[in-house]
Amino acid sequence: MVGSDTAARVPAGRPAPDTVKILIAGGFGVGKTTMVGSVSEIVPLRTEEPLTMAGLDVDDLDGIEEKRATTVAMDFGRITVSDDLVLYLFGTPGQQRFWFMWNDLALGALGAVVLVDVRRPESSFAAIDFFERRGIPFVIAVNGFHGEHPYPVEDVREALALPEGVPVLLCDARERESCRDVLIALIDRLIAAAAPAR
Amino acid sequence: MGGGDSAGRLVRPFALTGGRTRPSRADFTLITTVTAADPQPEAAPRPQPEHTRILRLCAEPVAVAELAARLDLPVSVVVILLCDLLEAGRITARPPHPVTRTTPDLDLLQKVRDGLGRL
Ligand SMILES: Nc1nc2c(ncn2[C@@H]2O[C@H](COP(=O)(O)OP(=O)(O)O)[C@@H](O)[C@H]2O)c(=O)[nH]1
Ligand SMILES: [Mg+2]
Repeated sequence: MVGSDTAARVPAGRPAPDTVKILIAGGFGVGKTTMVGSVSEIVPLRTEEPLTMAGLDVDDLDGIEEKRATTVAMDFGRITVSDDLVLYLFGTPGQQRFWFMWNDLALGALGAVVLVDVRRPESSFAAIDFFERRGIPFVIAVNGFHGEHPYPVEDVREALALPEGVPVLLCDARERESCRDVLIALIDRLIAAAAPAR
Repeated sequence: MGGGDSAGRLVRPFALTGGRTRPSRADFTLITTVTAADPQPEAAPRPQPEHTRILRLCAEPVAVAELAARLDLPVSVVVILLCDLLEAGRITARPPHPVTRTTPDLDLLQKVRDGLGRL
């Protein structure tokens, strides 16, 4: 088949969908990968980025517990929200030292879910700081391990010193509906923030 | 995949990326969707084996992050290979939906919400 040399070639098959993403953040072991897997239509995929490729010298990894680990792993999943729009969920690398990866990830994100384990809420402080400083909208999702939620939402809010208006939800990262509701709460927050502009 | 080695530029010692580590990332974010051009350009240089693998995986539209995961290659390496393919006219790239805080896209948000509601 003869095609023009310069004209854009239109793919013959299915057109490429529009894409958006949401970040799932929080400390190590808080349930990020579990949450991505619960709502994703595919088994969570994983990419590994060598630190040298990501712009960091391996010699600079002072203080990182596992110096042999020279890659940053990132899990992600996918939700086809309509035939021409796909939502990707990215679990942020647990180590906040990998902030340079977070910057990349946060660029162009609709918003974020910060997962919190109430037994060790401090493991999610860095994620909260990150999104707050950059003005990226987020919601807090308290992952009740064993499905238990010993603390009421107001106590969690206080413990995390959350700014006014940040929704706090109790969730179970293993449950699809629960994770879906967390994502919907984030979108509702974005819609509410957009609405006064009308 | 037709074409010969007409352009010497892409014929080089092949270490996947020819030693480059800093591509122009601008064209390819994690959720940029890439699709193999159909038909493939006839005049383009013959693709390297890794390029051919990518072309096979993006016969249907696929996001950069998914490509990397399926190829088991770092995103940064895949992006460099995609730059080659884009320059050769072998793929098209669709950027993600632009997100701005100042002018949020209510229609888009509603669409995402409706989609999540159906889960
Ligand atoms: N019992 C229980 N275990 C969970 C829950 N969420 C995650 N886990 C487990 O906790 C561990 C860490 O979860 P993971 O999703 O890998 O955490 P990540 O490091 O934030 O990605 C895994 O073994 C999970 O199976 C939960 O809600 N209840
Ligand atoms: Mg994980």
